[in-house]
Amino acid sequence: MAYSDKVIEHYENPLNVGTLDKADDNVGTGLVGAPACGDVMRLQIRVDDAGVIQDAKFKTFGCGSAIASSSLATEWIKGRTVDEAAALQNSEIAAELSLPPVKIHCSVLAEDAVKSAIEDYKQKKVTREALAKG
Amino acid sequence: MTVKLPIYMDYHATTPMDPRVLKTMLPYFNDSFGNAASRTHSFGWTADAAVEKSRETIAEFIGAKSGKEIVFTSGATESDNLAIKGAAEYYQSRGKHIITTVIEHKAIHDSCKRLAKQGFDITYLPVGENGVLDPEVLRAAITDQTILVSVMLANNEVGAIQPIAEIGKITSEKKIVFHVDAVQGVGKTPFNVEEMNVDLASITAHKIYGPKGVGALYVRRSKPRIRLVAQMDGGGHERGNRSGTLNVPGIVGFAKACEIMHHEGAEENERILKLRNRLHAKITDALDETKLNGDEKKRLISNLNVSFAFVEGEALMMAIKDVAVSSGSACTSASLEPSYVLRAMGLDEDLAHSSIRFGLGRFTTEEEVDYVADLVIKKVKVLRDMSPLYEMFQEGIDIKSIEWAAH
Repeated sequence: MAYSDKVIEHYENPLNVGTLDKADDNVGTGLVGAPACGDVMRLQIRVDDAGVIQDAKFKTFGCGSAIASSSLATEWIKGRTVDEAAALQNSEIAAELSLPPVKIHCSVLAEDAVKSAIEDYKQKKVTREALAKG
Repeated sequence: MTVKLPIYMDYHATTPMDPRVLKTMLPYFNDSFGNAASRTHSFGWTADAAVEKSRETIAEFIGAKSGKEIVFTSGATESDNLAIKGAAEYYQSRGKHIITTVIEHKAIHDSCKRLAKQGFDITYLPVGENGVLDPEVLRAAITDQTILVSVMLANNEVGAIQPIAEIGKITSEKKIVFHVDAVQGVGKTPFNVEEMNVDLASITAHKIYGPKGVGALYVRRSKPRIRLVAQMDGGGHERGNRSGTLNVPGIVGFAKACEIMHHEGAEENERILKLRNRLHAKITDALDETKLNGDEKKRLISNLNVSFAFVEGEALMMAIKDVAVSSGSACTSASLEPSYVLRAMGLDEDLAHSSIRFGLGRFTTEEEVDYVADLVIKKVKVLRDMSPLYEMFQEGIDIKSIEWAAH
């Protein structure tokens, strides 16, 4: 299969590969996919008090398109608010990377990973606030 | 020494033609262009003589008694179709049960599926974790309705060599027609239709440094005489088994390829085996968590199929894009399912997605092997640094203990 130049660029020079401390209250972690399906994405965000995503990191087990989708998604959500990031659509990723139909699921997985990380962050916040109220 | 890129390591898919084969073929495209079926002039006689000589060479290569037992086809797929459908149709009055294995090529599986629709009963035998069929499992599956058994000589993905001689003993005892898809194994592992009691055998030129588009089906003519119902109607060529004007240059090239393999194969195989083992040793010395798929010993000399845990096969292929290999990863197929062969061997799906097949051959050099090994090692490390699964593995988390949401 021929890859688009943007997939190759992200795959060869992936942005934001790494790990954030998942025990940190301001870090949300999303782990989506399944090894048996051939792709697993872990996407993490660090959010400041204003609700802005300061940093995003990923690690992905998957094909080149899955890695490129993760790289692009992390790059896009940095600097956005949590709510803005939650509005990210897989179709935007697919369009930017010119993903062929058989690779659309890679962009879906990236969207799921972003949403899952935000969910985790929000969950932590709710728990923390509930604890603070006692 | 620098290597020339790209490097071809996909010899199971096809092989480059040996220059000697090409040279032998060339006159038959123009000077000796006759139709081998033309009986009335020298153009036809010349072509016919070349075809008949080729038949004898190919027969000798597979241990057949006579060139008359060779039926030329367009390639392995057609040979498999003719063998399975042709024998099933001819022998159906004796019974409608066919036995094959789960790891056969699609040409066998899909021919069997079509026969199943026509009322045949097909048994797909399992193989062991090493990819090898147990002959006793086959014996137990035979019924008084069984008319045909089809087992490959060697598997195209994992190189597992099947016990053809043992199976041939059983089928000849029970008087069941025995077809062998010898496409991948012939020339690389011993194969002799007489010694192994094989009744039908598919072979193709382009896997042994011959041209694409020409293959053959061996059809036994004595003890017992095997008959087929032709699947291609027309001029009655090939003793009525396969109509169609013969591909004379292709056939001449096919014979030359067999002749070269026949004379040089032993030495060549020893050389390729050393290179294959060198590649495997380098990879396993440098990387943890790799798994050899397929039997270590009962394996084609040219095949190395390895799963690199925590790394997806297609991503690795993309990382080593100057090296032509293939993968059992779903991403390489339109179906999004990983290799049915690896799954039939009981391999975990994640490891099936992580598999790479290296196929070495006549023109593979030691420099290429070293280059590929170094590149693979480097890129697997990069991809593992990027893999959440490898990080979890290093933290001691059992990936199987996590409830993954399949998508």
